Amino acid sequence: MTEIPRPKTQQAAKGTQAGDRNSKFIEIKNFSFFYGAAQAIHDVTMDMPERNVTAFIGPSGCGKSTLLRNLNRMNDLIDGVRHEGDIIVNGHSIYDPLVEVISLRKRIGMVFQKSNPFPKSIYENVVYSLRVAGQNSRPVLDETVERSLRSAALWDEVKDRLHESALGLSGGQMQRLCIARAIANRPEILLMDEPCSALDPIATMKIEQLILSLKSEFTIVIVTHNMQQATRCSDLTAFFYLGKLIEFDRTEKIFTNPSQKQTEEYITGRFG
Amino acid sequence: MREQKTNRLHDFVRTKGEVYVWLASMGLVIGLTMIVFLLGLILWEGVKSFWPEPVAVFELRQDAGGAMQQIAGQITKEQEKAGQATAAENAALEYQIRTANRDTYGSSYRYLDSSQIASVTYPSGLVEVERMEFGNAVGFPESVVFGKSGRTVASGSEEFAGALAKAVQDAATRRAQIEKIEKKEIGSINAEMTSLRNRERSLKSKDEKTAEEEKEIAGKVGSLQGEFEKLATRARELRGEQKNDVLVLRLASGETRTIATGDIVGYFYPNDLGFFGKLGLFFHRLVLFLIENPREANTEGGIYPAIFGTVVMTLLMSVAVMPFGIVAAIYLREYAKQGFMVRCVRIAVNNLAGVPSIVFGVFGLGFFVYLAGGTLDQLFFSETLPTPTFGTGGVLWAALTLALMTVPVVIVATEESLAAVPRGVREGSLACGASKWQTIQRVVLPAAAPGILTGLILAMARGAGEVAPLMLVGVVKLAPSLPLDGDFPFAHLERKFMHLGFHIFDLGFQSPDAEAAKPMVFATTLLLILLVVFLNLFAIIIRERLRKKYATGAF
Ligand SMILES: Nc1ncnc2c1ncn2[C@@H]1O[C@H](COP(=O)(O)OP(=O)(O)OP(=O)(O)O)[C@@H](O)[C@H]1O
Ligand SMILES: [Mg+2]
Repeated sequence: MTEIPRPKTQQAAKGTQAGDRNSKFIEIKNFSFFYGAAQAIHDVTMDMPERNVTAFIGPSGCGKSTLLRNLNRMNDLIDGVRHEGDIIVNGHSIYDPLVEVISLRKRIGMVFQKSNPFPKSIYENVVYSLRVAGQNSRPVLDETVERSLRSAALWDEVKDRLHESALGLSGGQMQRLCIARAIANRPEILLMDEPCSALDPIATMKIEQLILSLKSEFTIVIVTHNMQQATRCSDLTAFFYLGKLIEFDRTEKIFTNPSQKQTEEYITGRFG
Repeated sequence: MREQKTNRLHDFVRTKGEVYVWLASMGLVIGLTMIVFLLGLILWEGVKSFWPEPVAVFELRQDAGGAMQQIAGQITKEQEKAGQATAAENAALEYQIRTANRDTYGSSYRYLDSSQIASVTYPSGLVEVERMEFGNAVGFPESVVFGKSGRTVASGSEEFAGALAKAVQDAATRRAQIEKIEKKEIGSINAEMTSLRNRERSLKSKDEKTAEEEKEIAGKVGSLQGEFEKLATRARELRGEQKNDVLVLRLASGETRTIATGDIVGYFYPNDLGFFGKLGLFFHRLVLFLIENPREANTEGGIYPAIFGTVVMTLLMSVAVMPFGIVAAIYLREYAKQGFMVRCVRIAVNNLAGVPSIVFGVFGLGFFVYLAGGTLDQLFFSETLPTPTFGTGGVLWAALTLALMTVPVVIVATEESLAAVPRGVREGSLACGASKWQTIQRVVLPAAAPGILTGLILAMARGAGEVAPLMLVGVVKLAPSLPLDGDFPFAHLERKFMHLGFHIFDLGFQSPDAEAAKPMVFATTLLLILLVVFLNLFAIIIRERLRKKYATGAF
């Protein structure tokens, strides 16, 4: 098994200058993706730098989720899918036959479009990724639960009912629980598919703050339909349309001075 | 005005569908009525058989009968006499009377014409005696005679009640002693003897029999035989004593009969009982029914071994069917490549659920009993051959046969509840770095557990009520011992067992006095239903707890 090299986290912790960052942490090269005969992604090429927030925007059905789900090979599970091109994380192809999908996924956390808590207690939900990795030491788990729930802005609401079923939470709380679960084992990359679509403005703000604070540690890719959100918390923005990458640039540039007409139409709302 | 109009319009629209709602609810009502009626009938008949009825004494018209002028009994049925149903003679009724005293009259029942009966009275002092043999006796007590002292206590005297109670109590104590000696003590000697004999035989077959060993075994056998003789003599003595004291009874028809107290199980005065007396007796009988062994070809006494056998068999079946069905369903749903083959397997499994149960019985006999059991005997119990140990019907083979029969139910239910676990939850688990098996084990199975338990409940309900296949693989009319007891190794899975369903069949169709067994049939049926309900309730409670734990309402 080849391990994809881990980034130098020591540096990552203190490094704030752009110079430290690997500007090609995630490389997507001529990537196309097919659900059976239907092509959902058309020849996308883009590089996402380390410890940055990249936002995917675009109209519904344009393939944002599909691309995102390919970054941790979640789409492998669907029957009859096929891809072309390659995705390279930190210098190693994730499609390399020697890469173990499970260890890949351990290092890439994911928050889904629909919240999906497990039928377990809140506590067990958060520590799930640690448990499946064989970590059962109580102090470590306790510490993780508190840290993750605090990061996900949920700690105060659930600290007294950690051992109750997670399915008794409200929709927004469930989504924040899923975020806590995704960051519990400190992945290097965090994939978020519309994490705030079920949240109220206050929780949304908290999540955005969370994203900004996590940026120093994680590389984050976020799908959003909320333009303000993209401007508020992302460094880079990619605009997709009909499975194609139309424009990919710094967020300020995309939202103030887009080079493509379609992008401008979309962000100004003049666009289906 | 306008409002009224819209209202009417609204009503009209609503009425359109109402007819179908009525139709649907009518179907439900019919179904419910049938179920309530069925349960009600069984409950009524079952409970009635424990309720003490008063005993009537009928005085017969002189011209109708021969010598007998009076007869006592309980009216069990009342019907119009066949062939005479003209309007004028509507009084021609026929009564079925449970006269008891089968040893005297030749039958427990008798039919009387209403025209034969001169008068009906319910005299006090009449006693009904439950006996070990020949069913109940009914009559007027005359006296108690103590054989040893020769003392006679007449029924008129004040001491009579106490004397009778004491005599019956003594007899009951002795009976318990006899049972202890014969069942427990002699039983354990027999078991030791058998094991010695088997050792001897295996030594002989291996040609290693040395003189010392032979002597040792012979010595042990000798001492055991001595003990056996002692116990047997003691039991014989006690049995003799059982006949010493007698109760003298005068039947309503005039004969005098004596009943040894050793034969008396219990007695009561049916016409002198108040409501609470009857109630007490009712519960007393109910409890005896639940905890006693059957007597007299199962038509009397209790059904404890059958309850025990049913529970043990059903639990064994559940234990066998659960892992088997769940693992099969997990493979089918989660691992197998969904295609033509899997579809074929699924269809085959579903059809298996429709195969007549007797077919499974035949399969169980051929496969489990003859093949598996025969092989086991050959390998591990060769000393006792040709007497089979596992090579004959037993509770283990019966449980496995029923497990096989009910496994499709569990597979189908498990597959369905696995399919109902949302895809998002699985993906969430995989995204956390869990392997497929970890995902199934930690997320999918807990979420599917309530549905799986529903399948188990259905399987248990079907398994507990099945009779036909059991008759081939181990159920018996009367089992000498229970499948679980205090003798090492405690669980005797090779033993034959009794089963409530078979007990009902046996009582209703195989007993010499079908009419007398009828109350028992209903009581046993009631118990079978209750047992199935209780087993299901147990599973339902577990399921509800699981559901509450995971708080999912989706199943
Ligand atoms: N499992 C699937 N099987 C077949 N086609 C799929 C599947 N999932 C998505 N698609 C198709 O792929 C295309 C892209 O879907 P995707 O979910 O990536 O869109 P999206 O950009 O995330 O949209 P939204 O903003 O509504 O979430 C759509 O046309 C969709 O119908
Ligand atoms: Mg999407």
